[in-house]
Amino acid sequence: MNQFVRFTIDGTECMATRGQYLVDAARENGIFIPTLCNFPGVKPKGSCRICSVKVNGKLMTACTTPVAEGMNIENESKEITELRKSIIELLFVEGNHFCPACEKSGNCELQALAYRFGIMVPRFPFQFPHRSVDASHPRIIKDHNRCILCKRCIRVITDESGRSIFAYRKRGIGVEVVVDPKLGKQLTEELAQKAMDVCPVGSILVKEKGFNIPIGERRYDKVPIGSDIENLQITKI
Amino acid sequence: MGQKITIEPVTRVEGHGKVTIHLDNEGKIEQTRLHIVEFRGFERFVQGRPFWEMPVLVQRLCGICPVSHHLAAAKALDVIVGAGTGEGLTPTGEKMRRLMHYGQIFQSHSLHFFHLASPDLLFGVDGDPAKRNIIGVALEHRDLAVQGVMMRKYGQEVIKATAGKKIHGTGAIPGGINKHLTEEEREYLLHGDEYMNIDKMIAWSQDALAFFHEYHKKNKDIIDHFAEFPSSHLSLVRKDGALDLYHGVLRAVDAEGKKILHDVDYQEYDRYIDEEVRSWSYMKFPYLKEIGKQAGWYTVGPLARMNTAEFIDTPLAQKEFEQFKQYNGGKPSHKSMHMHWARLIEILHAAEKMKELLNDSDLMEGELVTKGNKLPEGVGLIEAPRGTLFHHYKIGENDMIKMANLIVSTTNNNQPMNEAVNQVAVKVMTGKKEITEGMMNAVEVAIRAYDPCLSCATHALGQMPLEFEVYDASNSLIEKKLKH
Repeated sequence: MNQFVRFTIDGTECMATRGQYLVDAARENGIFIPTLCNFPGVKPKGSCRICSVKVNGKLMTACTTPVAEGMNIENESKEITELRKSIIELLFVEGNHFCPACEKSGNCELQALAYRFGIMVPRFPFQFPHRSVDASHPRIIKDHNRCILCKRCIRVITDESGRSIFAYRKRGIGVEVVVDPKLGKQLTEELAQKAMDVCPVGSILVKEKGFNIPIGERRYDKVPIGSDIENLQITKI
Repeated sequence: MGQKITIEPVTRVEGHGKVTIHLDNEGKIEQTRLHIVEFRGFERFVQGRPFWEMPVLVQRLCGICPVSHHLAAAKALDVIVGAGTGEGLTPTGEKMRRLMHYGQIFQSHSLHFFHLASPDLLFGVDGDPAKRNIIGVALEHRDLAVQGVMMRKYGQEVIKATAGKKIHGTGAIPGGINKHLTEEEREYLLHGDEYMNIDKMIAWSQDALAFFHEYHKKNKDIIDHFAEFPSSHLSLVRKDGALDLYHGVLRAVDAEGKKILHDVDYQEYDRYIDEEVRSWSYMKFPYLKEIGKQAGWYTVGPLARMNTAEFIDTPLAQKEFEQFKQYNGGKPSHKSMHMHWARLIEILHAAEKMKELLNDSDLMEGELVTKGNKLPEGVGLIEAPRGTLFHHYKIGENDMIKMANLIVSTTNNNQPMNEAVNQVAVKVMTGKKEITEGMMNAVEVAIRAYDPCLSCATHALGQMPLEFEVYDASNSLIEKKLKH
């Protein structure tokens, strides 16, 4: 069987390795499909739904769907764009996201996506939930106000035996991501920094590390999220 | 029949306020009050946030002088992270912050003098309100308006180069600063195009003083006798008595110029200063503890700084300072309109300081941050454009803010502004049958001289600015005039 497959994204002919997930296949073809919960190197979950695309007319999450021969993918249609905007807006209103004083501002993927989609104000009412800030760990602060429950930290930050240092606590609308009390000591300085970097928003903060990177030098200060992918020089085979 | 007059909103000030004036049956002034009708609650909602967020979070108090809050908070946190009080930072850290601050003083004072105060001077306190605004200035005094706009822009550019952006930047962090000045930024500010260069700014600062002197000569009555009343004055001064807007010791002088607060370490400000709450205003009334609530009030701001400082360490501003001192016979000036004079001297001083700093190589290289042993509490003071600004924080064991106390410049000037309102109201309204727009503006001119920032002072929820209401002796509203 041929290891390459041909497919189209918004009518553009693309080629990728058989079995690649759609987000990765699109990236290799210089096409950006936005993601939030997805993270390179860990098994995709498809929980945030921001990467939703239409595959042959059916809604699928691009981070969990392997590419196949002849797929027709809708990525930037009006319907998909509206869906993604709604998801971003809902994430903003269901938490307490005050960008002005957030250390992650400029490096935040949620904020960067809002800018990319031109969201000036959410159309849904703010929920202003009562959430706490957990500063009990000596290395990090877990600000539940900003957590979007993407589980990136749970999947990426593990100890030497592969056990997740972060975990879900409570259920339903009250669910929170916390440092596992039994494994908290395993969170080294290096892992704490990694956890902060892995978090797509400003929910995990390394203590006393704030605003060291000046405005203008932050990841999304100069170019919108996804433009690194779109500016890739693609060699067509 | 007695009357109560209310001026609401107060215009050409930052924030929302209201003045009430009670008249008795003979039309004599019984009582005047400047009410601050905003409520914000910063001191409460910063509790439980990580301490290093404070310089970035608390500066949201204000869009006019956020740099002052940014720096006062950073100075308080310097103490908490063990970087000392003001002198402990690296040369780069301190000098970059100073440059940011002088940029702030320059732009804020320019905004006040050219945009807010100059319409009263150019068109008269009772001039046609349709003309008596910045648009009127732009139409009839184009050069002055351009100067005002460009001087403000220059200050904002300095802030951008040091804080990252013009409003609500992130430059100052606990223990230092997060960036150097780049060669490109330095060149732009030193030798920029026609307007954007420091020599032009110094020259325009001198022109503004020349304009004031000329106006003063022709209008001695308003400059020297409008809202004049004795007051104590308080500010930071450098240890050697020089004017220092960024750091120093706390000094207060009485109406005669005698020291009543003897160059004390501001970490212990709460030993000397307390705040009184009065039921009719969201703004507190600070006072010197030793003197007491009644007589312990004091004035802060540009005029207070001229009255507490012994000299200025930049040559051109020093010359102006000497002239100012001589004019006032070496005694503190109690003339509210001298505040404009003092503000212009500080504009010149800030411009000279910026030139000195822009030529200093420490801004371009060197360590940015220094830290030591952590402390649970820190106080940061700065001479903001409107006066001494106090930030005081305590942290808990998990690095979260446990207590925040902010005494904002305008809060310090609460009683003086009330005194000024009273002075002017008595002078212009006593026995008058009808309260004219000119009379109401006269009261506003007195408030405006303090360049109050009412949003800051209440740390605001509410709508824009002075409302006059007229009440009779039985306290029922008989007339209301709105000023927008």
